[in-house]
Amino acid sequence: MASATTAPPGVPAAGIPPVATHQGYFGFTRAQGIALLIMVAALIACPYFLYPQFLMKLLCFALFACAFNLLIGYVGLLSFGHAAYFGMGSYVAAHAAKVWGLTPELAILLGGVTGAGLGLVFGWIAIRRQGIYFAMITLALAQMIYFVCVQVPFTHGEDGIQAIPRGAFLGLIDLRADMSLYWFIAGLFLLGFLLIHRVINSPFGQVLTAIRENEPRATSLGYRTDDYKLVAFVLSAGIAGIAGGAKAITVGIATLTDVHWAMSGEVVLMTLLGGLGTLFGPVIGAAAVVGMQTYLAPFGAWVTVIQGCIFVLCVLAFRAGIVGELARMLRVKL
Amino acid sequence: MLEELLFQLEMSAPQIVLGLVNGAFYALLSLGLAVIFGMLNVINFAHGAQFMMGAFVAWMLLNWLGIPYWGALILSPLIVGAFGVVIERLMISRLYKLDHLYGLLLTFGLALIIEGLFRNQFGSSGLPYSPPTSLTGAPIDLGFMMLPKYRVWVVVAALVVCLATWLVIEKTRLGAYLRAATENAPLVQAFGVNVPRMVTLTYAGGVALAALAGVLAAPIYSVNPGMGSSFIITVFAVVVIGGMGSILGSVLTGFALGLVEGLTKVVYPEASATVIFVIMAIVLLARPAGLFGRA
Repeated sequence: MASATTAPPGVPAAGIPPVATHQGYFGFTRAQGIALLIMVAALIACPYFLYPQFLMKLLCFALFACAFNLLIGYVGLLSFGHAAYFGMGSYVAAHAAKVWGLTPELAILLGGVTGAGLGLVFGWIAIRRQGIYFAMITLALAQMIYFVCVQVPFTHGEDGIQAIPRGAFLGLIDLRADMSLYWFIAGLFLLGFLLIHRVINSPFGQVLTAIRENEPRATSLGYRTDDYKLVAFVLSAGIAGIAGGAKAITVGIATLTDVHWAMSGEVVLMTLLGGLGTLFGPVIGAAAVVGMQTYLAPFGAWVTVIQGCIFVLCVLAFRAGIVGELARMLRVKL
Repeated sequence: MLEELLFQLEMSAPQIVLGLVNGAFYALLSLGLAVIFGMLNVINFAHGAQFMMGAFVAWMLLNWLGIPYWGALILSPLIVGAFGVVIERLMISRLYKLDHLYGLLLTFGLALIIEGLFRNQFGSSGLPYSPPTSLTGAPIDLGFMMLPKYRVWVVVAALVVCLATWLVIEKTRLGAYLRAATENAPLVQAFGVNVPRMVTLTYAGGVALAALAGVLAAPIYSVNPGMGSSFIITVFAVVVIGGMGSILGSVLTGFALGLVEGLTKVVYPEASATVIFVIMAIVLLARPAGLFGRA
């Protein structure tokens, strides 16, 4: 088993270090362990310096980007329709919290289940094609969800679901204060982050990497690669749904913006800018993009132009992303 | 019975014509995408933005330089096509050795830039562009319906352009070079054909097709920065349904799906926005390579 699950000795894609080592603690290399400690310290310290509201939004998008990265970075599948899972998760969690009066953790969980269910159907359809077609199919299916959301009554069309109550965690701890909600969201993010890390470092994750590097070889070793891809897709869509649900509870609204194709583009941008296939890249990328949107908001459509420019620059000259370049400079895996 | 059927036809005819007009745009846009993909292996996400540019250039030619519709129909594709040459030479040509997905990401970024710039300059609301007077007169009376002249012109023009593109690619020497280079570029280059220049011109050609569609669309839809992005995702679905293997296939799929969309508006309006995507899902389940695609 051990020999079958190691990544094939092919040349790894540029900027993405091979994922085959099981040294270190809990699957973290020493550098990753240090980076994790820094991230946890930042999670604890940041709300005393920055607006908790801004940080919570950032963490929701960071979790979304991590979920997306699980597919593009470790299976090599570019899903251009992740807004569908994020947005539907956001709508369902909002509806559950507001209309059904569910506690936030149950509402968010329901958002995750919605994302995973949708991911199961769409993944099953999209995995029939590869590469560029896969991207177009996921994008088209997500656009279908967008049109559905415009029409069905429970999303309230252009208004969206507004004034979503934050409720009380487990029905006990009131989350109306920003700081209590912050700890809840920070805990959720960390949980999701560690789950994704665990998946990547499991034997299952090693097979995913093998599929990314050389699918025919993985098939010839006896793996039903389509099944592996589908499971990864459902996982990614489910975590995206959780991120969407968390975002709805945090911001208090769920709107069409969450399911729009531009959102699918944004999560691609976050992951690409941070570094495809790196553990911490999506987090850094999400921080950069959300920060940019928040502080450049007065400039209106220039934000879109700047985002486009970052896309172009990343693709042409900066394909490893911020964390990927950093890792290359320090000669470590991050 | 017959009277009722005629009444039904009368009621649904405008939607069907509108469906055909939409189909004309689907056909033109998916044709351009297919031509570019065949040669460059790049899915041109900026296609929608270039469609929008075509419409805006026509508007600018009219309002800033006083050049009327018929001039814009020639000039706008040339201008936007020249822009395509610059894009291909400066950016896309650097990506041919990489994974195809980078081409998609790059052109997505370009689409964002173009759309954002036009939004800054012209705002999000639409600008009016009236059709030429020769095509505005009284609609053609078919007995059971009135057929607006401009819509007929769009469908006919799109058909002619698609057919001409097909003839160029299938029947001329240039088209033979193109098809050969699509199969095996190094070999064609070894025979002394300047393949990189041909690739550039192919991209420019595809972009020009998008711009031409934009000019045709300008009098029908209001000219606005978002007009392309809403179209292009539907066109992606069209391309997936048809498969990018055959030129005529993508043209046929485009028109057929426009018609289906129009019919859905008559039968079950709620589903008209999603019907193409549902068809895409069904086709993928039954024939993953697309109707005209090669596996």
